[in-house]
Amino acid sequence: MSQVASHVGRLLGAGFEALMNVPERPMRWAQQRLRNGRLGWLFVGPNLAVFGLFTFLPIIIDIWYAVTGGTELLPADRPYVGGENFAKLLACQNYFDPNSCERDLLWYGVWNTARFVVLQVGFMVLFSLITALVLNRKIIGRGFFRAVFFYPVLLSPVVVALIWKWILQREGVLNAGLQGAGFSGSNWLLDAQWAFFWTVFVSIWAHMGFYTLILLAGLQAIPRDIYEAASMDAASPWRSFTRLTLPLLVPSLVVVVILAMIRAVQIFDEVYVLTGGGPGTATTFMVQYIYNTGFAQTVREYGLAAASSLLLAGVLLVFTALQLKGMMGGGDGKAR
Amino acid sequence: MAKLVEIMRARRGDWTDWASYAYLIFGTLLMFGPVLWLAASSLKSQAGLGEFPPTLLPWEQTRATIQGQRAPLPLFRISKGEHAGEVLAETRRIGLQATMIDPARPETQIRVPIADRDKIMQLRPAWENYGDLITRFSFGAYFWNTVFITAVATVLTLLVNSMAAFALSKYRFRGREPVFMIMIATLMIPPTIVLVPNYLIASMLGLTNSLWGVIWPAVATPTGVFMLRQYMLTLPDDLLEAARMDNASEWRIYWKIVLPLSAPALAVLAIFSVMWRWNEFLWPMVVLNRSENFTLQLALNSFQGELTTQWNYLLAMTVVTLLPVTVIFLLLQKYITQGIASAGVK
Repeated sequence: MSQVASHVGRLLGAGFEALMNVPERPMRWAQQRLRNGRLGWLFVGPNLAVFGLFTFLPIIIDIWYAVTGGTELLPADRPYVGGENFAKLLACQNYFDPNSCERDLLWYGVWNTARFVVLQVGFMVLFSLITALVLNRKIIGRGFFRAVFFYPVLLSPVVVALIWKWILQREGVLNAGLQGAGFSGSNWLLDAQWAFFWTVFVSIWAHMGFYTLILLAGLQAIPRDIYEAASMDAASPWRSFTRLTLPLLVPSLVVVVILAMIRAVQIFDEVYVLTGGGPGTATTFMVQYIYNTGFAQTVREYGLAAASSLLLAGVLLVFTALQLKGMMGGGDGKAR
Repeated sequence: MAKLVEIMRARRGDWTDWASYAYLIFGTLLMFGPVLWLAASSLKSQAGLGEFPPTLLPWEQTRATIQGQRAPLPLFRISKGEHAGEVLAETRRIGLQATMIDPARPETQIRVPIADRDKIMQLRPAWENYGDLITRFSFGAYFWNTVFITAVATVLTLLVNSMAAFALSKYRFRGREPVFMIMIATLMIPPTIVLVPNYLIASMLGLTNSLWGVIWPAVATPTGVFMLRQYMLTLPDDLLEAARMDNASEWRIYWKIVLPLSAPALAVLAIFSVMWRWNEFLWPMVVLNRSENFTLQLALNSFQGELTTQWNYLLAMTVVTLLPVTVIFLLLQKYITQGIASAGVK
């Protein structure tokens, strides 16, 4: 068995070697003709090509889509409509009441997203902080517990959603447990309030390990001796927490809050599989509106999808500016 | 007095220790329990999944094939009445009365109140849930598609990004700083924003409904360039100069010297890339419309819409999908957590 593996390994190695030798001659040729400076472009070239094609160019095309109408995919076939797409999206009598908007689904998405960001980020940072503080203590099996809290981060959103869908379904284990304890269960994902609660819960469950890890790194960067100095001064644990730990953890906390906000605004995958945005519009978020408008409807309204993604980009830009500001002001430069 | 303070302090330590362990054990149940529950449930047959309340292990009611009956019938042990102790099979149940037969003498019908009998349960893991994935659904194809995308995309990501990182860290050339700044700036532009134009570009390049359409767009990831560049900056330039003295070409320097020395950073990027690609959902869903091209994630999503009554297959499929990630995590846990703590990327 190990012999087979070593043969396969040697074969792969030889294949890789041969493959990597292919660019040798053309690169040497280029090297002799180009000044050393230009050679840099040859190495950056492939990356820039892919990057330009799938990140940079799309941003420009996105703007063109946003100011053109119709249902054609090809940019040249799309009639220019100016700000009409934005006007449609923003046509509301009362921005707080999605029903008064022409595109009510977008505004349900906007307000659901806002509510989601506040609740999810707030509770997630709180629980991540508690977990990081606990894991920073002298604990037996710390590596194990850290791994356990981190594990769900690696699961795919679809898998996360299915795990919880299986638990939350009407004849699922949660209802069985509740009934066993004398409570009555509920049809969790078919009740608007509960469905929203569970999207928040499940996304915290899936992501908090990541933020716990960043906060834990922040905690471990705090030198031990300042605590010794504090205990010399007979400071209570609570006092040394509020006066020492928290202030020193602020840079990490800022990074965590803003990263979490940027991610929360873009919530889609887990929720799409868990609730499909329902019941009704209870868990429809902004990215789902973009996806539905551009790809899931029978009439694909690319212009509206692009315009709403630019609105979303605007929101993200604000958060990013905040992040940069937060990082400049005392960031440890560790986490981005 | 001092002693009292000491005792108080020791006690308080106990209290917070207990609270910490209680929190961690509760957390472990909450974080890992659902996955275990999923894995345990995936070994139940369709009938076993229907049992309420559910059990952890795959218990299901024993059934027997009886002469003259079409489907296998569930077996009960009678607890009261004249047939107490006998094992009977249920043919029909009306309200609180069941019509039952003795498997040995199927011609006589016996009426039993349902309160007077107990189900006969047996432990039977339904391994066929997994076997059927391959024979009844084109699961092998989805698995292969996902493995192909993950493997090819990861190799390309490592190659393309390490080349760029090499130039950005080891060469001085006009335009180096702007290129790097633009890349870093787009770190903030999430793929969801450029969904529509990316679809246009993919379709113009003929990449829709092709696995390459999933692979290419995210190959040049700014995160990767950044991580590798930071690492390569720490490699001493003397090494490169020495190789140049020996008349090595720049390409050779890149892949014979810089690449092997960057192995730790490459490994972290490789792990991330595998995770990203294995779990990717929205972009593949936009690009791949035909089910024969589906990845595992897309197949799971479409099955959960269609197979609502066949949870046994859906659960088995979910377990197979999370298994590779779990194995990688178990093996490389240390590198993953260190990589995240130091780079702050996911």
